[in-house]
Parts: sequence; structure tokens; C-alpha cells
Amino acid sequence: MSQPKLMQGNEACALGALAAGVRFFGGYPITPSTEIAEQLAEQLPKVGGTFIQMEDEIASMAVILGASLAGKKVLTATSGPGFSLKQELIGYAAIAEIPCVIANVQRVGPSTGQPTSPAQGDVMQARWGTHGDHPMIALSPWTVRESFDVAVKAVNYAERFRTPVIILLDEVVGHMREKVVLPADNEIEIYSRRQPTKSREEGYQPFTPEADLVPNPADFGTGYRIHVTGLVHDDTGFPSGSPKITEQCIKRLHEKIDCVKDEITHYDEFFMEDAEIAVVTYGGTARTAYAAVEEARAQGKKVGMIRLMTIWPFADKVIKQAAAKCKALLVPEMNYGQLVMEIERAAAGQTKVVSMPKYNTEIFTPNEISGAIDQLLSEVAK
Amino acid sequence: MKDYEEYFRTNRLPHIWCPGCGNGIVMKSIAKAIAKLDLDQDKTVIVSGIGCSSRASGYMDFDTLHTAHGRAIPFATGVKLANPELNVIVITGDGDCTAIGGNHFIHGARRNIDLTVVLFNNNIYGMTGGQASPLTPTSKKATTAPYGVVDRPFDPCQLAQAAGATYIARGTAFHAAQLPDLIAKGIQNKGFSLIEAITPCPISYGRRNKLGDSPAMLKLMSESAVPLTAYGKLAPEQQEGKFPIGVLHESHFGEYSKEYSHVIERAEGGQK
Repeated sequence: MSQPKLMQGNEACALGALAAGVRFFGGYPITPSTEIAEQLAEQLPKVGGTFIQMEDEIASMAVILGASLAGKKVLTATSGPGFSLKQELIGYAAIAEIPCVIANVQRVGPSTGQPTSPAQGDVMQARWGTHGDHPMIALSPWTVRESFDVAVKAVNYAERFRTPVIILLDEVVGHMREKVVLPADNEIEIYSRRQPTKSREEGYQPFTPEADLVPNPADFGTGYRIHVTGLVHDDTGFPSGSPKITEQCIKRLHEKIDCVKDEITHYDEFFMEDAEIAVVTYGGTARTAYAAVEEARAQGKKVGMIRLMTIWPFADKVIKQAAAKCKALLVPEMNYGQLVMEIERAAAGQTKVVSMPKYNTEIFTPNEISGAIDQLLSEVAK
Repeated sequence: MKDYEEYFRTNRLPHIWCPGCGNGIVMKSIAKAIAKLDLDQDKTVIVSGIGCSSRASGYMDFDTLHTAHGRAIPFATGVKLANPELNVIVITGDGDCTAIGGNHFIHGARRNIDLTVVLFNNNIYGMTGGQASPLTPTSKKATTAPYGVVDRPFDPCQLAQAAGATYIARGTAFHAAQLPDLIAKGIQNKGFSLIEAITPCPISYGRRNKLGDSPAMLKLMSESAVPLTAYGKLAPEQQEGKFPIGVLHESHFGEYSKEYSHVIERAEGGQK
């Protein structure tokens, strides 16, 4: 275990990526994510890695995909407008199965919005931002230490499932400073992409999936001479116009994530054993919600909390269970009401789901959430 | 020296290009340049964008990367920086490189990263059926310019020079013997190299502009293209309608991946 340090979420995210083996970062300055780039500009060359500031957000995404194909673990970081610009190539990474991690430190949008103010307005964009059908993994930390851990997980998932992974930070967590104790190197579990086990002569095909539905396309420069394209392709990697191949290609992309959904869906439950109402929350908002829930419990109120780390794939099961036993779910979010729609879907009418949106640049206060809890308790008691 | 044909994925041929298209000549010229330099086939990567020309990557037996529209250069930058021992060749078209990819083009040149960019210039968006590109000459017709193009075309070679490219050449599909040499010199240059290869698109450009069939368009190229030295001796009025070919520019500047390796050395040694 290392010495306690005071650092912000963005810094912890950068250090987590570094600890997970990221050796290539391409980026473009944008508030409130810039500290991630600044940190890695300093740290990466110290470990033989590469930092490059690109000409725009799209190029930042393209450069990490090229570097990933050449064998590096890669990261880029951005915020709202940049996240929008990166979407096409996030889709490219999904279909071409290129491991990569995108940290999006959310700010108020749409457009330039409120650049220095917190929001959680990119939750749906993280899932559906690029065109076409594709799975998505998005993780949202709620503490500085967890920003480190989530970065490690994101890199591992990207490498293991050969897919883009999004770290959904928000400006609260990204810029919050906390005392953290980072794990020692030997406490960090690291996964690196599989390499081909067959030669070209033995009939190796770069996009033939293994049992886990993930293929092993070779890194460039290793003698396999593979072809990578954003077109729908068959196991050889070459484009195909066949309806059957198209269906197989899109289906497998989804199924490789679907089959590990439970394993990668991370969440915390607090005081849920006898909870009559539960606050369902994530990211920076969860910090405030926890204070309100703890306070409610101190007053003997039967209030619980579910804190989602994995935003996508969505934690249907835990929400469904909570909906079955709670009289109401309260969903505070720093947006106009986004993840609440998924929570309503998962709750499937079993309980009342109450949206608590906030989108005026200010973070929630514990009093606001306490007030909403009290009102909801009085409503369900009727 | 290997036969250039060994650099093709023959099971992926025939190509998708129209009869009379010049892209095959340019693609063959790249293969001949690689054969001439005897590059390691396993350490050479071809990166392309989107469009007719960019389909070439699929036919060539290397590690090949068919990227998104306009983005070949930043993808290629990532490949080169991640593994500087690789030879990275970019195949792009006039729309791909100078419209949607224009920003990446000038910044690649500015960095002087060791990429060899072969720009297949057919003066038109061919894949989508003949729309005007930034290299369609003024007053020429396109499906999106039925009354003729109003704006001026870029000169991509001058653009690359102003942006800092350290090797720039222009050739044509007619000058098929010269083109492999121009490309080979670009590959040898340790820095950002541009080879503009002018190539006929008789179907989507020539037909609409009454330029005749492919042989007629090639003949026009042979008449319009003038070796640089001879071009320089022409009076301004004689230069009208003509363009220089050959090596247009060579200069020296630190190559990006090499320069960054010095950053790593300094950082690893604890210096700034």
C-alpha cells in the first residue's frame, strides 16, 4: 500500500490507466477533462509511453485506435462537445473490435453549455451516441480512489472484450480532491489482450471468435497481415455484403458483452435489507445521496441506496429486485432525467419511480435529497 | 527483389473499380515502390480512408487498415508512433484527404511524422457517384455542381509544403514508369511525404465534363503534365492549363516519432 495522497479524480483516473498498462494517450484540451491529458503528458514518457496532443477530438480518437492496433493499451479523455465529436470512431472501435478507453468528464450541455459546471447529461449518449446497433460498457466512479479503480477496470475490459469502454466521470468527481491510498502494483489485477494461437498457415482468421465470443486479431507488425475495416466483415476481416454475415457480425458484438453482463455490472447496496424506499444513484450525485440516506437512517427512516458503478450494460437485476420490495425508487440525477428511464424500464411497473432531475449547474445538496426522501416516505405511507 | 505481384491479395481481386479507372495504376505503383525498396512485408502497414482509392488497402497483402472517412492520417499517426519500426503508407483520395480530412492532412505535414501519403486525385467523389471535391477544377461539372464548380481547387502539393511536409511529388497515371520512383523516394524520406497521383475517373468525372474515355483522359494528362524544370521555364501564359510533375519539394526537419523518442529518453532520465 502506498502513502496517502491528496489528489483529484482526473488525476486518479490517469494514474489508474497508467497502472493498468496504458502506454499511449491521444487528446485535445477540453474542460473539465484536461488534467487527465496533462498528467499523462508528464507521466507517459517516464515509462516509455507516448503522449500526443492532436489537432482535434476526432483525430485524438483516431490516433488511439491506430496505436491500439499496433499493440498498445490506449486512452483518450474528453468532455461533452468532444465526446459528441468522437462518436463516429467509437462506433468504428466497436465494429472493428479495437480495445480503447474513452474518459468523458461530463459537463453541462448541449453544445458548449456550461463548460466548467457539473452534469450527468451524457449517460444516454454514452450508450447510444454512435450510429447503429452496438453494445457499450460505461463505468462511473463516485470517489477519487474509485476513479483509479474504474480506470483499471475499463482498460481490462477494453482489452479482454476488444471493445470501447467509457469512463463516465463527472465534473464533481473529476475535480474533487480527496485523500486516497492507491493500491500497490501487486494488488492490481491487469488483463492484456490475447494473442493469436495459430499461424496463417494453420488457417488463422483474425475475427474468428473464441469460446468467449471475442476474436484474436493480431497486432500490426507481427506477421499476420490482417485487414481491419469499419465495414461489416466476416471472420477473415474482409467486407461482406451478405445479410447472414451482417446479422452474425452485429449479433456477436452484442452477445460477447451480454454473456458477461452479470460479471461486469458493479454496484453497491446500502441499507437495503428493510428499505421501504431506495435512492438509485451514480457518480458525484451518489456522494450527496449517501449523506442524505445516512441521515435518514440515523433518524430511523427505512431508506436504502443503490449506487451504480456500471451504467452500461444496465443493472436490470438489482433494480428489478429493489422494485419488487421497495415502495418507491428515487432517482436524483444532474440532468433532465436520463437514467431514470432505464430504471423505470427495469422496475416494469412494480413500484413507483420518481425522477429528481437537476440541471442548473449546481450539485445536489443533502437537504434537497432529504426533503425528497421525506416527501416520498409520507406519500408511500398513505 | 520480389515481384510486385506478391504484394497483392489475389483472392480479393478483381477490384471494384470501374473500367478505365486509373486507381489500379497507382496501386500497382505503390507495390512496385515497395518491391524496389524491398520493404519487410510484415513490417509495412497500409492505412486508407474511405472512397474509391481507399479500397486499395484491402487488395494489398500487408497489415491493412481501412479507416473512417478522412481519418487515415491520424490512424496512421497512431500506428507509427506506437511502433516506429513500421513503414506506414497512407492511401487517400481528393475528397478524403483535402475535404473531410483536410485538418489531419495539414497537421500530419506540420508534425513531419514519417508517413508516406499517396493521394489518388481523380478530381471527384467517385464512390458516391460524382460530387464535387476540393480538387475539382473551377467551372467543371459534378452532380452537386450541375452549373459548374464555383470555388477554386486546392493545390494539395502547395498546401502540404506550406504545412511543413518534407517530401512532395506529383505524378500521373499516364506517367506510370515514373510514379513508382516518386513513391519510393517518399517512402525513403524520414518524414511526412506527399505523392499526388493524378488519375482518371472517366465514369463519374470525365463523362460529365466531356473529357472522353480513359485513354483520352490519359492523353490529356500527358499533354498537361510538364516536368518541374521545364514547367519553371514556361511563361505564365504557357503554364495555363498545365501542371508540374516530378519531385516538387524536399526539405529537412526532425521526424516526429524520432523527436518523441528523445522526449522519452529525457523523461526516463528524470530531465525536462
